[in-house]
Amino acid sequence: MSHPSAMRIFLKTIVARAYPRFVAAYRNRAWLITETLLPLVGTIAMIYVYRALHAPARFLGFVVLGGVLLAFWQNVIWAMATQFFWDRGAGNLELFAMAPTSLAAILLGMALGGAYVSLTRAATILLVASVLFGVSYSLSGLFPALGVFVLTISALYCLGMLLASLFLFYQREAWQLADAMQEPIYFLSGFYFPVRSLGAVVGGVGSLIPLTLGLDAIRQLILPGTPQFIPLSVEVLAVVAQIIAYAALSQISLRHLERRARQDARLILRST
Amino acid sequence: MDIAVETKALRRVYRSRNQEVVALDGIDLQVHRGERFGVLGPNGAGKTTLIKILVTLLLPSSGEAFVDGLDVVRQFRELRHRIAMVSGGENVGFGMLKVKEQLWMFSQFYGMPSAPSKRRIDELLERLGLSEAADRRVSALSSGMRQKMNLIRGLITNPRILFLDEPTVALDVGAARDVRDEVRRWMAEDPSRTVILTTHYMMEADELCDRVAIVNRGRIVAEGTPAELKQRVQQNSIVDLQLSPGGRLLDTLRRVDGVTAASVLEQDGTDRFSLQLSNDAALGGVMRAVEGSGRQIQGVQKREPTLEDAFVKLVGRGMAEEEQA
Repeated sequence: MSHPSAMRIFLKTIVARAYPRFVAAYRNRAWLITETLLPLVGTIAMIYVYRALHAPARFLGFVVLGGVLLAFWQNVIWAMATQFFWDRGAGNLELFAMAPTSLAAILLGMALGGAYVSLTRAATILLVASVLFGVSYSLSGLFPALGVFVLTISALYCLGMLLASLFLFYQREAWQLADAMQEPIYFLSGFYFPVRSLGAVVGGVGSLIPLTLGLDAIRQLILPGTPQFIPLSVEVLAVVAQIIAYAALSQISLRHLERRARQDARLILRST
Repeated sequence: MDIAVETKALRRVYRSRNQEVVALDGIDLQVHRGERFGVLGPNGAGKTTLIKILVTLLLPSSGEAFVDGLDVVRQFRELRHRIAMVSGGENVGFGMLKVKEQLWMFSQFYGMPSAPSKRRIDELLERLGLSEAADRRVSALSSGMRQKMNLIRGLITNPRILFLDEPTVALDVGAARDVRDEVRRWMAEDPSRTVILTTHYMMEADELCDRVAIVNRGRIVAEGTPAELKQRVQQNSIVDLQLSPGGRLLDTLRRVDGVTAASVLEQDGTDRFSLQLSNDAALGGVMRAVEGSGRQIQGVQKREPTLEDAFVKLVGRGMAEEEQA
């Protein structure tokens, strides 16, 4: 029997799984408030904290860029990594798993579909907060920063796939862990302050999350005067290494845990 | 004869902290290509576990299973191209999508080119009378329409073997008939197609299946055509008794001399007992037991045996009975 190639199925799956998210964003516009205005309020609140402390202007930029990347972290965690937990409850996971596609493609589709909302949220925070509070950026670092941004997001989504495989197996426990880890991750990644403030050890641990180094590199590129955590080139190389490592680990983990999930009846809603 | 599905000593045990549940306990099964094969059994018998192993969602604890000649454990990736599953009461997909969008989405997970996929979806929507709902959101569908959509999802990719797990559960008579008609039509299009069906509805199995296996407590207790299974109770007299509600009577009736099997179904405020008698003389003892219970007899009817009667004899209770226990 001849079948479509694995690559064709992979690509078609990504597009197909992204589609409901695009459609949902188009048909239900409530997210424009929950995903743009509300996070913007959070970012602005942090800006006021720095202003009240008479911090240097670049600190406002730290907060804005942190708010931008936070959008993608939340997309990875809540719209991708934990999604199998909900999909299992709805019965979708069974249908995804028994199709001749890969769960990695399903996850990438979720990520792509969610990225539209995240990009809108990130762009809103960047534009509105920057204009409102007069944050300025170094134009010379703009294109390299864009490159680092793409690398960081890639590493982040690879990490998201790795987490999703764990969530697939550990289900509710992992979902609760993700919930509990939220604030520590915000802290360790230095979303609202330069990561150097955390010191070498804590900052080093936080660097396992691609956002930490990526965010620091972007800040160094477009916010002159950012305290350097580690040299920019090392940060970029580390993010590239994370893409490779997390991509490989996520594939191994997805395959292994999918098999374990078949063994332990975690793909199905059990009913004998 | 060409074999579509084969299991050998298939066993599945679920383990939780302090408990082991044997869902399948050595299932040996052969389903021929082109058959509509029914798997019948009460809740917890192991039907769904069997299906989930055959569709590669669950690994067996021991034993072997082959679908379309492929090992469900080792060759599951290739096998997934050739099968589809539709379950009753499915609420899968995304309510925000339109019906045709949802069907297209699932077809893409099999790599189908979009244009033929959309043509096939239109054709199947038409056949199942859902064309007018094609642009309706999934969340707005009735349960009957939703189940027809689910069946279409299973058919779009043209599987060689279709697994139907309680496909008409909770559907009204008309929608259930439409689903059964489509299954028959789909099978008639290509004689090499095979359907494996689990159902609670004996009439459905009788009407739709070429052969059935009755599963109880993880084992196959009988296998054959519906006619062959009915033959097993042919020598019995089958009597239906409609009684006013009252205390427990079933066990008393089962102890009456000459009663070989009994089941009860509560319906519209009446208890409908179905009794299998080794001879007509046993009816006297039955009537005495009823009188002793103080219940009113609202109807008595002797009839031909059905698959349900064969099921009651083999399993020891009726399919609906344990749901009401």
